[in-house]
Amino acid sequence: MSDMGLPASVGAIRRVREDPHRLGYRAHGAAEDVEGTGHGKSGPAHKRIIVGYGFWIFLLSDIVMFSCFFAAFAVQRGATAGGPSIPQIVDIRRVGFETAALLLSSYTCMLSFAATNRRNLLWTQIFLFVTGLLGLIFVLLELQEFIELAGKGITPQRSGMLTSFFGLVGLHGLHVTLGGVWLATMMAQVQIKGFRREIVHRLICFNLFWHALDIVWIGIFTIVYLMGSGA
Amino acid sequence: MSDLEFDPRRTTGTLDHRPDHAPGDEPLEDSGHWIYNANLGLAFSIVLTAAAFFLAGSHVIYGPSIPVALIVLAIAQMGVHLVFFLHITTGPDNTNNVLALAFGVLVVFLIGAGSIWIMDHLNQNMMPMEQMIQMER
Repeated sequence: MSDMGLPASVGAIRRVREDPHRLGYRAHGAAEDVEGTGHGKSGPAHKRIIVGYGFWIFLLSDIVMFSCFFAAFAVQRGATAGGPSIPQIVDIRRVGFETAALLLSSYTCMLSFAATNRRNLLWTQIFLFVTGLLGLIFVLLELQEFIELAGKGITPQRSGMLTSFFGLVGLHGLHVTLGGVWLATMMAQVQIKGFRREIVHRLICFNLFWHALDIVWIGIFTIVYLMGSGA
Repeated sequence: MSDLEFDPRRTTGTLDHRPDHAPGDEPLEDSGHWIYNANLGLAFSIVLTAAAFFLAGSHVIYGPSIPVALIVLAIAQMGVHLVFFLHITTGPDNTNNVLALAFGVLVVFLIGAGSIWIMDHLNQNMMPMEQMIQMER
């Protein structure tokens, strides 16, 4: 049996012969170059796309960095050197509150961008403020956890496991803190400069950043807290 | 204002039909669409998170399978976040975003699985501490 089925058309056969991998074509959508996509001779892509895409690449590299910390924790989780292990240092209730705060902040962050699309200054600011407030609650809860642990002599110097634990959770906390600073400056910029194009671009980037932080936190509360304490 | 800043599409109204999108961005829709997406994402996330926290401390399912269940729930929730919050779709306007994401996932997988694999083998092939101390005498 031949491996080729019946051709749909002569034109299709010719296309496959001349360009078997359909290079230079988009799989779906418009056949000719579309303005603003950066394809073919249509000129450079819109700045809105370039900015968002570039920030997406940065976020992925940031997540790769986090994966190194995750790998370190996975390797070190048994290396307690006679000190406390994960079930002894985890307060699952607090982790639940932290998770709720961060998830809700992701939600309000998206609502703020919906308001941005409507060019509604008041609701943008309100939702950004709520986002920041929830982020602050998260950071404070984490600080409280670290201070309590330090009070019991559980510090990064104690064992390899604790070094990787504080490294991973602390790095995420640092990201949330810096994200909060960024959020505050964004609120000021929106207030003073209004919805100029570059301001909206920055808001897109901030949204991406904040959602990515939540994705990393999913990994942390699953791998570090729940899998450490429950199973 | 530089030339790059000037975009005639803004005034001609064709900006709505941008055929390519950055992650976290969408064609200009009414905000109801965004809020609908956000609500769906939040609802799915709450269900998945609650399930994870519930399973971790319970005996409802076979004990040794709990870590697997937790990882599955986590991956599902990351997917929910990507789709509803970051607007990563399979559409042609998202090809670049998905490709970048796929490469990122590949690197994350290599680092995670590779480290665990290599370090586990190292651990098994290492001389136990007591023997090492005895040899030094």
